[in-house]
Order: sequence, then structure tokens, then C-alpha cells
Amino acid sequence: MDIRTFTVDSIRTGLRKREFSAVELTTEALRFAETENPKTNAYLRLSSERALAQAARVDALSARGEDAGALAGVPVAVKDVIVTKGLVTTCGSKMLETYMPPYDATAVERIEAAGGIILGKTNCDEFAMGSSNENSAYGPVRNPVALDRVPGGSSGGSAAVVAQGTAVLSIGSDTGGSVRQPASFCGVVGVCPTYGRVSRYGLVAFASSLDHIGPFARNVSDAATLLRVMAGRDERDATSAAAPVPDYTALLDGNVRGMKLGVPREYMQGVTSETLSQIEKAVERFRALGCEVREISLPSTGYAIDVYYVIATAEASSNLARYDGVRYGMRAEVKGGSLIDMYRATRGQGFGAEVKRRIMLGTYVLSHGYYDAYYLKAQKVRAMIAQDFTRAFEQVDAILAPVSPFPAFKLGEKVDDPMQMYLSDIFTITGSLAGIPCMSVPCGVTREGLPVGLQIMCKHFDEAPMFRIAHAFEAARAF
Amino acid sequence: MKLTEKEVRYVADLANLNLTETEIQNMVKDLGAILDHMDRLSGIDTAGVQPMRQVLFPAPETATLRADQPGACLSNEEALANAVHAAHGYFRVPLVIER
Repeated sequence: MDIRTFTVDSIRTGLRKREFSAVELTTEALRFAETENPKTNAYLRLSSERALAQAARVDALSARGEDAGALAGVPVAVKDVIVTKGLVTTCGSKMLETYMPPYDATAVERIEAAGGIILGKTNCDEFAMGSSNENSAYGPVRNPVALDRVPGGSSGGSAAVVAQGTAVLSIGSDTGGSVRQPASFCGVVGVCPTYGRVSRYGLVAFASSLDHIGPFARNVSDAATLLRVMAGRDERDATSAAAPVPDYTALLDGNVRGMKLGVPREYMQGVTSETLSQIEKAVERFRALGCEVREISLPSTGYAIDVYYVIATAEASSNLARYDGVRYGMRAEVKGGSLIDMYRATRGQGFGAEVKRRIMLGTYVLSHGYYDAYYLKAQKVRAMIAQDFTRAFEQVDAILAPVSPFPAFKLGEKVDDPMQMYLSDIFTITGSLAGIPCMSVPCGVTREGLPVGLQIMCKHFDEAPMFRIAHAFEAARAF
Repeated sequence: MKLTEKEVRYVADLANLNLTETEIQNMVKDLGAILDHMDRLSGIDTAGVQPMRQVLFPAPETATLRADQPGACLSNEEALANAVHAAHGYFRVPLVIER
């Protein structure tokens, strides 16, 4: 049994033909993860007990001839910013080292209701803040494709487990590219759905107007299946959308003839030559598939980084105010100190450097005298960026672009220059600001064998055509 | 834009965040560089642009407020379970009011 080659379909077939049981598969998946994890540090902890109990439930349902669900027996890893009842959830932070959530996130609940097996929790940048997974209090994750390189971030662990084969599927969170960028760095599929598509109940908040939960998989169809399981209205998240959720996989027919695709000229600048040539090859492939590809312009792209780091840090400074040492998380004791002294010492000791930087930046841009110049201004430019997309989608069905200007970089390479690290998010941040669905699909490798991801972006709630385009591309590449 | 050490201390106070002297010096440098970059925003003409306060515009599929009815919630014990200090059904904090 080689867990690395398993897909949702092959597991369904294997279970039906009784080649293995869900308990056998889960036991092997746990063993393999345990053995392989020291190479990458992608898992923070495995949830053996919970996984085996769920697998037994799936086997019992199957034995009675009942449908155990769309993800029956499929091992799924969960980023450690998504809460799991009775399973420590740290957010990659010392602040929450012992935090034991009293409830499950809706996404987790739905995965288990569909028969999925939660295998463990994955490493990530602290509170999902970072682009390299080097900001975790529990050590960096190594890219399974090249162990001296970063897996991307912030959902580096979730991308790495799928690439390494220590899980079949995983979920992460994407605020400015935190699913798409690690997916591209590790050579897997990663999806940031429409804002509101997947409930954020149980996702520890970073920037609420930008946070999304999204799937990782080794192929487009598996990612589509996982998104469909998680998507849809949830009463416990008022921002979750009631828009109907189509059966994405039923629509993957490989036919993209006549579709109009746009390539924004602003996204073809400042990209390494190898990334550029992979994207150009992808564009040619779409032409061969019968798509009409044209150049488009998204003129406000150049300001996206500034807008994002104003809005995301402002929201983060507010969301992270809750870590005060009182209700959960660590607490610093200050002898004879006041309540405020305790707050300040706790936060000073519990948060890492990048989280402090963002809290400071967010507090500054919201502070008296600066609100109009930064926050309000950023909200206006965000509207201009969203407008760019609205206009583009009047001309084209989808937009093609690189995910990242460069492939996975070396551990430590950018860690001392926060601005350089921020600039690496340039191509993923725009879609996040507009709230549109975007995904990364593998499109080739560099001479050194580093994966390059192609980004596909569609208009709000158009995940179905996005998956169809990605799937046709994936199938064409396989030939 | 230059961010002064005094401003960094003031913002850290607002954020209820203890910073070491080294951290303060790093913030002066790092935040200064980031704010310099962000200052490009001031040059953009946004006359007549409405700020984007909502990600999705109100529509039937996004108008999602539920009925305001009480439902199940955490028990007192569950709510206190993650607190470092709790007693008699309450969270415990350092003295707030002087006797």
C-alpha cells in the first residue's frame, strides 16, 4: 500500500473492492506520516486516536452497505489555525501552546461527516502570518521537493504533507496567498475559494475581510471534491454565502474550447525568466485546447501590496487583541503587577517577531491622525483593485497568471528583510482583496526541478469554470 | 517616512505589547521601511471612489443573517477550561480596583 499515490477515487475503489479497510489505510497513513515527518516537520501532531475511531465508523457504515460519504476513508490534514475539538491547536504560536479547543471548525465537522479521516495538525507561520513557514514557533517546514528550501507559507505544512504523501488531502487558510503560494512551491493543487464560500467558524481569525479556508490536493478533481464537502452556508458564520454549491467534479469534462482567458500584462513583469517561460508555455497549451487568450490590464495591481498590508495588519491588530492571558493561551506572571502589566508581559512573551511587527503596524495605521491616510485610503484603493477585476471579467471568463514571481527560495534567504518577504505575495494578494476564487495548479518545473504554479482566477462564485479550466490543463499536461 | 523611537513606544503602549530595547530598535527600522513603501498610496487619485467596506455586495446569496434565537453554548466549565487561572466559575485576573 503506497499512500503517496492514493487519490479520493483510488481510495473509494479500494474500499469498495475490499482491497483494504479504512482502518488498515488509516493505520498505514499514520505509520508513514510518523516515519516521514522528521524530514519536513510538516505535521505538528498526529491525531491517531481520533483518526482510527473515525476509520472504524467508516468501515462500519460500509459493512452495512451504507454510503460513508464523498471522502470516505480519505486521510486529511488540517492546518493548525483551524480548531479541532480535544486536539491541541497552537496556530504555530507559543501563545497557544496548550490551547485545547472545546469545539470543531465547521470545515472539520463537514470533512468528518463526509467520511474523511483527520490525520493530524500541520505546521504554519504563526497566526498564518508569513510566506515561508519560517515564522512558526515550532520550527520551519522543509519543502519535500527540495529539503533546503521553504515550502511557502503560511500554510506550508498543509502543502508539504500532500506533496510528501503523508496525507492525501489537506486544508489551509488563505488571507493573501497562504494556500496558493505554498501549493505552487510544493507542486500541488491549492484553492482559495470565493470569500464566504467556506464557513470560517473555527478558523482562528487573522484578517476577517480576507480570511478563507481552502483545500490542497494532488489533483484538481480531489481539490474540487474537498471544496464541495466544505462549501455552503453555515449559520455560525454570518459571512458564509448561501449561493448554491455545484457538483464541481461532474463538470470536469475537459472541454474548454472557446473559453476566453486573459493574461494581465502587470503580472508578467518582475518574474524570473524560468517562471515566465513556464507561464508562457501554459498559455500556449490553452491556445492548443481551443481557448481564446488575450492580454488584459489590471492597472491598480502595483498598489496591492500596500493596500493589503494596511488592511490585513489593521484587522489583525484588532483580532489579536483577544490574546490577553485571561481566557485562554499562555499567561505571564508579573509579581505585584496590574492587569495591564499582565496583558503586556503576556503578549510580549507569547508572540513572535512577525506577529508583533504586524500588530504594531496595524495599531499604527488605525491610530489617531493616521486612519484616513492609511486605512480609509487603502479601502478606497481596494475598491479600485476589485473594480479592475469586475471590468476584466466583462471581457474574459478567467485570468491566467503566475502564483509567485519565483519558485521556492532557500531557508533563511529572505528572513531578515520583511519588506522583501511581503513583496513576494504580489500576485496572490490582488485576488484576495477582490474576494474572487483563485487557485494554483502545477504547470512545470525549473531546471533545478522546482515546481512552478499557474494561477487561475475567476469571478465571484465561479469555482466551477475555474476547476474545469484547471482540470483541462492538468489533463493536457499529462499527455 | 521616518518613524521615531518615541512613536514606536507609543504604539506599543496602544497595542498592550511589551517590547525589548532590541525589538524597539528593529521596529523603528522595519516599520519605517514598510511605511515608506505604503506612503505610495497617498499619491493615488481616489476622488469619487467609495471605500470597500464589504467584500461582497448585499445580494440574496450573501444576505445571511439568521434569526436571533438563543441556542446551545459552552458550559461554564468548558468556557473556563483553557484559562490559566480560574476559580468559583470565574476567570481570575490581577487586582483591578485598589482597596
